[in-house]
Amino acid sequence: MSEFLQFLFSGITVGSVYALVALGFILIFNASGVVNFAQGEFVMLGGMITFFAHDAGLPMAAAAALAVLATCIIGVALYKFAIEPARGASVVALIIITIGASIFLRGLAQVVFDKQIHRFPAISGDAPIAVGGASILPQSLWIVGGALAVFVALYLFFARTLAGKAVLATANNRLAAQLVGIGTNNMMTLSFALSAAIGALGGILVTPLTMTSYDVGLTLALKGFAGAILGGMGSPFGALVGGLLVGLIEAMTAGYISSEYKDAVAFIVILLVLFVMPNGLFGRSPLERV
Amino acid sequence: MMRGLSPSSLTLLTLLVLMVVAPALFPSSYYYRVGALIFINGLAATGLVILVGYAGQVSLGHAGFSGVGAYACALGPVHLGLPPVLCVVLGAALSALLAWGVGRPILRLKAHYLAVATLGFGILIYMAINNEGWLTGGPDGMSVKALGLKGLLRDFGIKVKASELWYWISGGVLLLGAFIALNLRNSPAGRALRSLHDSEVAASTIGIDVARMKVMAFVISAVYASVAGSLVAMMNRFVTPDVAGFLHSIELLTMTVLGGASSVLGATVGATILTALPQVLTVFEDFENLSLGLIMMLVMIFLRQGLVPTLARRWRRRAT
Repeated sequence: MSEFLQFLFSGITVGSVYALVALGFILIFNASGVVNFAQGEFVMLGGMITFFAHDAGLPMAAAAALAVLATCIIGVALYKFAIEPARGASVVALIIITIGASIFLRGLAQVVFDKQIHRFPAISGDAPIAVGGASILPQSLWIVGGALAVFVALYLFFARTLAGKAVLATANNRLAAQLVGIGTNNMMTLSFALSAAIGALGGILVTPLTMTSYDVGLTLALKGFAGAILGGMGSPFGALVGGLLVGLIEAMTAGYISSEYKDAVAFIVILLVLFVMPNGLFGRSPLERV
Repeated sequence: MMRGLSPSSLTLLTLLVLMVVAPALFPSSYYYRVGALIFINGLAATGLVILVGYAGQVSLGHAGFSGVGAYACALGPVHLGLPPVLCVVLGAALSALLAWGVGRPILRLKAHYLAVATLGFGILIYMAINNEGWLTGGPDGMSVKALGLKGLLRDFGIKVKASELWYWISGGVLLLGAFIALNLRNSPAGRALRSLHDSEVAASTIGIDVARMKVMAFVISAVYASVAGSLVAMMNRFVTPDVAGFLHSIELLTMTVLGGASSVLGATVGATILTALPQVLTVFEDFENLSLGLIMMLVMIFLRQGLVPTLARRWRRRAT
């Protein structure tokens, strides 16, 4: 039982990170219809920039804030310089652009920072808390709390604020949104900035546990995407649940079946979900216009 | 003279002439090796022309099939006692079977979902190769038995360097692959494929079995990728799981799109650029990711049709 509890804790912890990536994914996907394969690089940048800023002498909180801000700017730059000029391009072209951006950012981190693995201290120390025979690190609680906070904030943003509704309207029908006076371009920029910030936050929270290096982004992006697809590629709630589920399945597989194939789980989940219920757990089936 | 040739013959002739003329400019036999690599990548990219350019489907996992082809050549002679040439066929057959099996459910998906499903499929093959160390040697890779052609030629009194031999073998296979792809383009099946690129609904209303055509394109392109994997394994006499890796899938797709997704000549042009570039940039090894990513973005933003179609259009405009 304590074994199961331990796997459960670790599943929820990684699942929360995947959920953060998934939330970032659907934010951009909802606003622009672009699947941003560079989403994982935001997580990497969050961790790497924090480490190097802290290393250069900034206090931890300032380093983290700088990392979020810098990643935000990179997210906006990605939209302005790579996505916006390619408006109207085919899906294949957009996929190649965002994968190109992902490889580019990885290459940039490799050149600007280094190829080492880095870690910085956890927020509330490394003393594990014992719960029912299993132990949980305080940092795990921070990660889960962070994911929940981002989810609630996003939910409120979409449901309660004018800007959030404008983003939804842009996602729904760009032309109609323009006609009612929404600056759709600003809304896209906003979603890329928010999405990058969420990714960076995830990176900052998870680095004390899993460490970071220039090449951690891709795996995170794929697993977050698995979560987003599982959740139906639409609602923040779906992304949260989907991300958590992918993390849980992964932890259980590693614990009970094979730790070598734990990374395969996300992809098996992707394939099964797409084959059996292409709209995910919470998605509605889209109508194709001819 | 040029005007009398059909575009297909012109493409083949261009490839052939470049293939024959290029060695005259090679300062060392190392360049034969780079040339062979270009042809092998060009072959895999030509397969993707059929899938991406003709049928309009995307795949981020075709290196998985290259992995199947490569490891068929590595494992076949050791475990089944098969001659290497037969292993190429075996690998291709396995890849075709695999593509056929997963093709039907996967190709029902569209756009991003298809991209991610193929990506997941490719990564699963990579993981299987990487983790089953008892069979594949794991991340360290394994050696591959020689094709034996060099020895055979020596018996006939012909002496060639391995790199030159592979230059001509892979060149020949590329020409054959290009020939088949060009023929397919103008066949009824090829026209059906290209029609579903524009609109699947329209294609199905004129009686085209959309699902069957997509699976056909997927299977054919898988065979191309598999043969390319076999060739590179036999040329290097060594194979590592990276041949099936995600980055290789991306490179193959980028080669295809860089040259012009629906252009057979473009596939080889794209392969040339992306294969030669790392050789040129070896001094700046750290910048390889940076430049690959930048190329991918710039081409897709500024040359959406790809290099060859863009240049061809400019050429034609000037001619008229």
